[in-house]
Amino acid sequence: MSQLINSILVFLVLTGFMLLSSSRLAACIRAIAIQGVLLGVLAIAMQDGRLSTVGVLLPLITAAVKGLVLPWLLFRAMREADAVREVEPLISYNLSIMTGAAALALSLWLGQRLQLPSHASPPLQVPAAFFTSLVGVIVIVSRRKALTQVLGYLALENGVYAFGAAAALRLPVLVELGILLDVFAGVFVMGIAIFHISREFDHIDTDKLAALTDRLR
Amino acid sequence: MGSLIPLIVAAALAPLMQALIIRTKSVMAGRIGPPLMQPYRDLLKLARKGAVYSHTTSWIFQLGPAIGLASVLLALTLIPFGGFAALSAFPGDFVLVVYLMALGRFFTVAAALDTGSSFEGMGASREVTFSAFAEPALFLAFAALARQTGQLSLSPLLAAISARTWAHAAPMLSLALGALLIVFMAENARIPVDDPTTHLELTMIHEVMVLDHSGPDLAMIEYGAALKLWLFAAIIIGVAFPWHCGHRWIDASAGLLGMLMLAIAAGLVESSMARLRLLRVPQLLLVAIVLSALALAF
Amino acid sequence: MIKLLVLIPACTGIAAFFIASDRVRRVLLISAALAQTVLSFAAWVVQPAPALGGWLAEDALGRLIETLTSVLFLAAAVYAVAYLREERHQAHNDFEEGFIFSNAREANFTGCLLLFLAAMTLVAVSQQLALLWVAVEATTLASAPLIYFHRHHRSLEAAWKYLLICSVGIALALLGIFFLAIAATNEDGSTISLMVQDLRLNAHLLNVPWFKAAFVLLLVGYGTKMGLAPFHTWLPDAHSEAPSVASALLSGALLNCAFLGILRVQEICVAGGLARFSDRLLLIFGLLSMAVAAVFISGQTDYKRMLAYSSVEHMGILAVGVSLGGAAVFGAVLHMINHSLTKAMLFLVAGNLLAVYRTKNPGGIRGALSVLPASGVLWLLGLFAITGSPPFGPFLSEFTILKGALDQGKTLVAIAYLAILAVILAAMAAPALAMAQGRPSEDVTAAPSRSIALSVVPAMLGVGVLVMGIYLPPVLTRVLRQAAHLLG
Repeated sequence: MSQLINSILVFLVLTGFMLLSSSRLAACIRAIAIQGVLLGVLAIAMQDGRLSTVGVLLPLITAAVKGLVLPWLLFRAMREADAVREVEPLISYNLSIMTGAAALALSLWLGQRLQLPSHASPPLQVPAAFFTSLVGVIVIVSRRKALTQVLGYLALENGVYAFGAAAALRLPVLVELGILLDVFAGVFVMGIAIFHISREFDHIDTDKLAALTDRLR
Repeated sequence: MGSLIPLIVAAALAPLMQALIIRTKSVMAGRIGPPLMQPYRDLLKLARKGAVYSHTTSWIFQLGPAIGLASVLLALTLIPFGGFAALSAFPGDFVLVVYLMALGRFFTVAAALDTGSSFEGMGASREVTFSAFAEPALFLAFAALARQTGQLSLSPLLAAISARTWAHAAPMLSLALGALLIVFMAENARIPVDDPTTHLELTMIHEVMVLDHSGPDLAMIEYGAALKLWLFAAIIIGVAFPWHCGHRWIDASAGLLGMLMLAIAAGLVESSMARLRLLRVPQLLLVAIVLSALALAF
Repeated sequence: MIKLLVLIPACTGIAAFFIASDRVRRVLLISAALAQTVLSFAAWVVQPAPALGGWLAEDALGRLIETLTSVLFLAAAVYAVAYLREERHQAHNDFEEGFIFSNAREANFTGCLLLFLAAMTLVAVSQQLALLWVAVEATTLASAPLIYFHRHHRSLEAAWKYLLICSVGIALALLGIFFLAIAATNEDGSTISLMVQDLRLNAHLLNVPWFKAAFVLLLVGYGTKMGLAPFHTWLPDAHSEAPSVASALLSGALLNCAFLGILRVQEICVAGGLARFSDRLLLIFGLLSMAVAAVFISGQTDYKRMLAYSSVEHMGILAVGVSLGGAAVFGAVLHMINHSLTKAMLFLVAGNLLAVYRTKNPGGIRGALSVLPASGVLWLLGLFAITGSPPFGPFLSEFTILKGALDQGKTLVAIAYLAILAVILAAMAAPALAMAQGRPSEDVTAAPSRSIALSVVPAMLGVGVLVMGIYLPPVLTRVLRQAAHLLG
């Protein structure tokens, strides 16, 4: 089982790099979709064979929402906004990957500092989650398009979820569903906002959203 | 105890592996392709010819191909094959392998620069840039394998990797293998890094450096390239196809089978992919570095 | 009864999206707000039974914030109906750049207002920290469309920044919740539930490093939402571009709800003896927020942004007050009420000024006292109140916090606190006086008269601010003490 978990975590890290290095929006959305499915599998694998109906159903719903519904919403937003299908980052792809490598080193270090109490965990568990979150932050600050910022937010969210799954936290079902609903609604609202941005500005580059500043005398 | 077999097999079969890749590509493109013995015939033909040297070149230009071939041959004495250990093995020998590669590259580049041709200078600069990315990836991958197996020498290291290693360290091994595969493509000037069959000097990396060599010099370069391909392939097969049944000859045949499959796989990759834009190549190699670093961190 | 508090605005909110008639929808908005307020005050008389297995319950702190939210919402609802009637369904001329824009559908605006109230009520009454997180994130989603009511590029930019920055902050808070859950896992694998009550009782069992990390993440996460510097960057943009009624709710009600998220963890810190650690962080972020606000209020050329930065300042004051402990906590909780009432009133008055003068630059407004007598007086008094002049409520609470600092011998904190307040008083008083006095230009005096509700609502809030400064009802004092007791 730990082999499966390890492989999932490695794939999670690789999707992070895929997100950082892809120049196509569609590929980035796919990376996020893969992450969503991986998270579902991870949550099931972490239960160590003691499966309950809820324990299987919740991760399946999560995987379906994060792996299918949200990517579908994002693809639709991309089509409706008629966005240029290139990512157009503010920093070069090479620098993105190197930042990602630095983020990986940081998360490995953090993972060593923060040992999960009470149960021994595979060494990559906490770092992979942190890394995914950090990739999300990198994508939010280094990419120009509103859509990629949503992708970054989702990666951040996925990292947080992966942390919860990796630590085998059992939150009440209601809370899990609430979190999922919030993420879904968040992406939905952001998708609408992207549509409006594209209509208002004829593009979805957020670095042009700079009308509001403090003008002091 | 070391054995001469890996070196002999490599020396004899390396051009054949090249021919296999070409044959695969031909079949995929719907052609018959050149006969499998064609690389050998080319080498013989070149060796029989005389060399032409430009007046502007110096002794470095003539030294380059010889040192290039010699360094690869020397490196091959450290590479095991199948059940046979390499001719010599000592702790840290993979460092020597990497540096022998670097030595050969240095003299190839120096010879290219010696011609004073702008094309060759361009190729040399690209070669050095990309290898600056490929070398750390290779080192890290070796380090990861060494850490996993607890061996510091290539022969026992590759012997220590078995189906059981894969069973409990599959993620780490696949990461290292992925890095090695990317380095394999970059170091041997294969698609998607470089196109060995291109005819446009502007897009070349490796081929453009050897444009001015002719006759036996070119034969040495071609043969060296074939051996280098074999060297990397042998390491990859050692990791990816760890067949150790105990009988050395059976293991070696299994290794040969693995090489055949790798050649076909390389041919398939080359016929299904386009060469990357030059700007994207460092990115691919960075990914290799990250993969091997991740493997090491495991 | 607690379920009703959440369900009334949630159901009416969803219904409002589908009601075509403006009149019916406006009646629905007012009646939902009224029902909500009546229920909230009823809860002061009859202690409501916990619902959902204790997940929803009213303690002193939750009740204060819940009541405050519903009172503000009632005021905002009445104002909103008058405001929407004035706005009508027509294209408007943007007064800053001159382009023509339309408003969002009124049904969407009303629906989002009610859903926003539902989410804030859920924050106030939820006793389960993860549920509280879900509710805080829901407030972001429900309020973002409110900011984008005027459909033009500036409000869109503000809404986008709000949505993204707050979502990212809130995602960090979720990580904090997970850290807290790990801290609540014992060596033998048994866990403490994420109920505030359980965590407080078992606070000494928590794994300290994980809990500290959780506190930092929650402080940053909810602090983003609350507008603590340096995570406040969305706040001035959103408050200046949203319609004034939405700004009033954002500043008066939403920021408190975000602060409640931090207070819940602070309760656990206090119970677990980690107050020294959490107090230091709160003090640093509080003073920093006050200082940043002082810098940006000075010379501000947009009075709605000035009010927004004033909110950053007052959130800083709340954080400082809670961090000082003792009497200052009482002052902080009291100040939360005073700030909400005053700031909501100021935003509503600012909306009136904006509608007549059609500029956000305080330099462009002269003679507000003669053009809009009611709004002019309220504006002036409100600005005096918010800068802490007697006899208004904020003076009382700010003074209590100052006294708390001096009682504890934290002279340096007290000096910094006073100095920043003085700078802000000077920076806000000058433009306020200039705006109220002077001779108005010709075109402004010819402005058509506006609905009386637009002045009455802020005036009622203003009366509240004044009363809070003169007389605190004993029942309120008792609840304030209970709330302050939980926070050390």
